[in-house]
Amino acid sequence: MNRFSYARPDTLTAAIQALAHPGARAIAGGTNLIDLMKYSVEVPSQLVDITHLPFAKIELLPDGGLRVGALVKNTDAAYDARIGESYPLLADAILSGASPQLRNAATTGGNLLQRTRCYYFYDTATPCNKRQPGSGCSAIGGTNRVHAILGTSADCIATHPSDMCVALAALEAVVQVSGPEGDRSILFSDFHRLPGAEPDKDTSLQPGEIITSVDLPAQHFSSNYTYLKLRDRASYAFALVSIAVALEMEGATIKAARIALGGVAHKPWRVPAAEEALAGQTPGSEVFGKAADLMLAGAQGQPGNRFKIALARKAIVRALKQAANGTPQHATDKQIQ
Amino acid sequence: MSASATTGLHTGQPRSRVDGHAKVTGAAKYAAEFTASGLLHGVVVSSPIAKGRITKLDITAAMAVPGVVEVFTHQNRMRTAWRNAKFQDEVAPPGAPFRALYDDKIVYSGQPIALVVAETFELARYVATLVHAEYDIEAPSTDLRAVRGSAYVPSKKRSGINPPPKPRGDAPGVLADSQIRVDAEYYQPAEYHNPMEPHASTVIWEGGGKITVHDKTQGVGNTQAYITNVFGLKKDDVHVVAPYMGGGFGSGLRPQYQLYLTVLATLQLERSVRVVLTRDQMFTFGHRPETIQTVSFSARQDGTVTAIRHEAIAETSTFEDYQEVVVNWTGLTTSCENVELDYKLVQLDRYTPADMRAPGAPTGQFAFESALDEMSYKLGIDPIELRLRNYAETDENQGLPHTSKALRDAYRLGAEKFGWAGRNPQPRSTCEGHELVGWGTATGAWDAQMQKTSASATLTPDGKLTVATASADIGTGTYTILTQLAADALGLSMEAVTTKLGDTDLPFSPLEGGSWTAASAGSAVQAACCKVRSALLGFAQEMPSSPFKDVTLDQVDFKEGRLVLRNNPGIGVAYGDIMQASGLEQIHMEESAARDPAVQKTHASYTHSAVFAEVRVDEELGTVRVTRIVNAICAGRILNPKTARSQIIGGVVFGIGMALHEEALDDSKIGRFMNHNFAEYHIPVNADIQDIEVIFVDEPDDMTSPIGVKGLGEIGICGTAAAIANAVYHATGRRVRDLPITIDKLL
Repeated sequence: MNRFSYARPDTLTAAIQALAHPGARAIAGGTNLIDLMKYSVEVPSQLVDITHLPFAKIELLPDGGLRVGALVKNTDAAYDARIGESYPLLADAILSGASPQLRNAATTGGNLLQRTRCYYFYDTATPCNKRQPGSGCSAIGGTNRVHAILGTSADCIATHPSDMCVALAALEAVVQVSGPEGDRSILFSDFHRLPGAEPDKDTSLQPGEIITSVDLPAQHFSSNYTYLKLRDRASYAFALVSIAVALEMEGATIKAARIALGGVAHKPWRVPAAEEALAGQTPGSEVFGKAADLMLAGAQGQPGNRFKIALARKAIVRALKQAANGTPQHATDKQIQ
Repeated sequence: MSASATTGLHTGQPRSRVDGHAKVTGAAKYAAEFTASGLLHGVVVSSPIAKGRITKLDITAAMAVPGVVEVFTHQNRMRTAWRNAKFQDEVAPPGAPFRALYDDKIVYSGQPIALVVAETFELARYVATLVHAEYDIEAPSTDLRAVRGSAYVPSKKRSGINPPPKPRGDAPGVLADSQIRVDAEYYQPAEYHNPMEPHASTVIWEGGGKITVHDKTQGVGNTQAYITNVFGLKKDDVHVVAPYMGGGFGSGLRPQYQLYLTVLATLQLERSVRVVLTRDQMFTFGHRPETIQTVSFSARQDGTVTAIRHEAIAETSTFEDYQEVVVNWTGLTTSCENVELDYKLVQLDRYTPADMRAPGAPTGQFAFESALDEMSYKLGIDPIELRLRNYAETDENQGLPHTSKALRDAYRLGAEKFGWAGRNPQPRSTCEGHELVGWGTATGAWDAQMQKTSASATLTPDGKLTVATASADIGTGTYTILTQLAADALGLSMEAVTTKLGDTDLPFSPLEGGSWTAASAGSAVQAACCKVRSALLGFAQEMPSSPFKDVTLDQVDFKEGRLVLRNNPGIGVAYGDIMQASGLEQIHMEESAARDPAVQKTHASYTHSAVFAEVRVDEELGTVRVTRIVNAICAGRILNPKTARSQIIGGVVFGIGMALHEEALDDSKIGRFMNHNFAEYHIPVNADIQDIEVIFVDEPDDMTSPIGVKGLGEIGICGTAAAIANAVYHATGRRVRDLPITIDKLL
C-alpha cells in the first residue's frame, strides 16, 4: 500500500474540488478500494472520504420512482421497505452478493464502481491492460474460468462483478452525477462501458465526477421478476452467470420484458432484440429459448469459460420461467426454483 | 496402567473446550499477537516469476525511506548453515529443503526474494513495493498432465511414509483375462490448507544471543531444532512458545519461510521482529499435491474383486521428493490376492507439496472408492454389499491383523441412520422438482498412530494440578481432553486442572499431526498423573498411623481431591494434608509414553469410516448440494464426544470442499496459481453445509495406545469426497472423475 493524503469534505463542492487533486480517489465503504490498495492495484495519491456528504437517504421521486442516495449502504437498500415492496428484484440482487459484513459497509455508488475480479487484474506480478494499459491481457490464453463471453475485446475479457448493477440495468435506473462541469444524468446502460481498446476505463464517469444517487423509474416489475445467480459455491462467490428478469404481464401474455446478464461481460449485458422477441408472447420453453439465444448472440468463450455459454442459455430460460410463474429466486433459497 | 484407570467423571463425556473462553475473549495469544518493546515489522517481497534468476535487485529506493531498518536479500543476509541436512526438519522429505534468500535462483512463483524490515508494519508494506527486481526468465513447467511421462519412483523413501507394498499375486495377468473390469483415471487438483490464521512469527530478541520465538507451528520442538541447526544456536538460546494456533491442517508441520526470515532478521539486527504472511502468500508454500491416478480392477459376477492395479502420479518440487500414502489404502480396505500398487512423482517448478489433512488418503480413496462404485453398478450389487464381500479382515499390505477394526459395524450403523436400505439402486431414479437426488457411500481409512511423548504433572497442596507437554492444540481440543484425563486420574474437577502446551520448556513432544496427538499426549499425561498417584500413596503411607500402610495402588481411589480406601471410601486423606505432612510444596512427576514396540511388529492399526452422502443436483444448471452426510467412525475410544464430533464435522466439511470447491488454478504459462485469495479459491461456506451426522462406533482397542485412543484429526475427510462423487453418479448417471465437481462438469 502506498502513502496517500486524506480529505473528508463536508460539501459536494469541496468534494469535487478535492477530487481534482491528481490521483485522487473517492472512498465511501472502501470494501473494494482498500483491498486494491493493499495489493497496490490502486495507488491513489489522495483519498477523498465522501461519507459526510448528504447522500445517504432513500427518497420518493415525484414521478413515483425512488432515489437511492449514493451513500445508502447495500444492506439498508436491500432491507428498505419501499425497495422490498416495489423493487424486490433489486433487493434480491443485492442480497445475492458479498456477505452481510460487506453489505453493511458497501454503498450504492461504490457498488457501481467496484472493479473486476479478474485474477490478473488483482495480481501485480502479471500483465493486465486494465491495471496497466498496454501491458497485455494475461487472461486471454491464461486462467479464465470467471471471464467474459460477451462484448470482449482483444485487450480485455474481464467482467463487471456486481449483482446489484445487473438488477439496476434491468430496471433501467438512472445514475445522477455531479462534477466540475455541473450535474448530469447517465442512463444505466451508458454508465458501464465495454473494454474495447481502453479496458482501464470501467465507466463513463468523467474525472472529478461523483455519483450522488441512483434513481429507480416508476415501473416496478414487482410481480414478475427474478434474480438467478449461479456460482461455484452456495454463497459468497462472484457470479459465473447471473440473470435479472423483469416482466410485465398482461394476463397470460408477456407485455414487456427486461433481461440483464451478470458475470458474462464488462457491463451488465442487455440485448433489446431479445426483450422485444418476448413482447406479446405466451411464456414457454421455446419462446424463452429463442430469447436466450438472442441474449447470447455473438458469445465467445475461452477454454476455461466456454461452459458459460451453455450455462447462461439454460439459466436464462430458467430465470424467465421463474419470473413468468411469479416464483422468484431468493438469495436465501438453497434450492434453485 | 490400563485404560480403565482413567474412566471417570470427565473422560468419555461431552465437555466444552477449556480454552473456549480465552479464545472468544481474545486472551489466547497467537504467533502474531506477541509483542516486545521496539518490535520491528517485516514484510516479504515475493517473486512474480516461477523459474529463472534475479539479474538485478535494487533496494536503494527502499532503503532511502526513513524508518526502514534493513532490506534483506540473498546479497546481504547473514551466513547460515551450509549442509542441507541442517535445514531438514522432523517431517522433511528427502532432498534439499528450500532456503529463503539463498541465492539468485528462482525455483517457484511466489518465492521470497527480499524481506523489508521497518519500524511499522504499514511502512514495511509500502517499502516492499519499492524493491526493484529484474529477472532472467525461464519457461516454467507446472502442467502435470503434460509432463506425466517423466514420472519416477522416488529413489529415497520419506521417513514415516510407507511406499506401496510389493505386488502380490499376478494383477496384470488376471486383469488381462477378466471380462468384468473398471478402468478409469482420476484427477485431484492442488489444494491449499488455508487455516484462518496466516503464518506468522514474532521473534523476541532477549539479548546476549538469546531469542524467544512465537511461531505458527504444530510443533515447538521442530521449530526449535530447525532454528538451532540452521543458525548454529544452542538449544538454551532458543525458547519457542506457541500456545495457540488458528488452524493448521498440516501447514504448520514444517517450518515455513517466514520463520527463517524472522529469525534471520532478529539475529542480524539484534532487535525483535515480526513477520506475518499475507493471505496471498499463504499460497506460496506447501499444498496438497496435484495427483493423477489410474485404476484398473476386475471382479467376478458375485462381486469378488480378483485383481487391482492402482497407480498414482503426484507432483513434487525440483528440490525435494515429497511423498505421501496414496495407493496403499486400496490394498488395505479391499481384500484381494492380486494387487499392484504404484506411486510415482513428477517434478514441477512449484514449492514442495506438504501434508494436508490426511495427506494422500482422501486422494487415493477418491479414486478407488469411485472405481468400486463403478463396479457396483456393473455388477448390480449394492455398493455396501460389494464392500462387505471384499472386506479385508487383515492388513493384507503388511500381512498383519488389526488391533481393532469395527468397520462392519460402521457400515451397518451408518446405513441404518442414513436409511440406505430404502435406496433405489437405479441411477437417476429419484427426482424432486428440478433436482435429481442421489445417495452414495465410500470407505475411509487413516493410520492410528502413537508417538513417544513426555509429560509432567504437578500437584500443589491446594489441590490444583498442572499437566504439561510441549505438544500443540491446533484447534482440535487437545487442551480439553488432556484436562479431562488428568482430572480423572487424580479425582479432581476440570477447573482444578491447568493444561500447558506449546512451549519448548515443557517435556518433549513430537509434532502435532497424523491424528496421533490424543493417543500420544493423552497417554503421556496419564502416565505422569499415575506417577503422582504412586507418590501420593507413598507419602500417605509415611504419615503417622496411616490407614494406607499396607495398601497397594489397586486398593485405593483418588476421589474429590482425596486419597481413599477403595473398600472403605470414608477413610481417606486430602492431597494437601499428605503433602503438608511430608513438608512438600508440590509433587512434580514426569513420564513418557510410547507405543508398545511388540504390538507395532505384530499388528496394524487404523481408523476407519463409512461415509454416506445425499446430493441434490439441478441437472439443467449443474449445481450440486450436499444435503446430508452420515459418517460412522471407528476410532477406538472417544475421550470427548463433543470435541470429537467437531473434529469429524470439520473433516467432513473439508471433504465437501474437496468434492465440490477446492482447486488451486494454475496458469502453466507463468507457473503461478492465480486464485490465491479467499474470494477465488473456494472453500465451503455455511450455505454449502447442511445435515452432518456423526456416529462413533464402539471399537475397544487396547493395543494402539495405553488409553485406547486411535485419533480423529484426519478420518473425517477420508472417503467423504468419494461418497459425494458416488452420490452425484447415483443422482445423475454421470461419473465425474476430476475434482472438484463444479457446474461445468455436470452441464
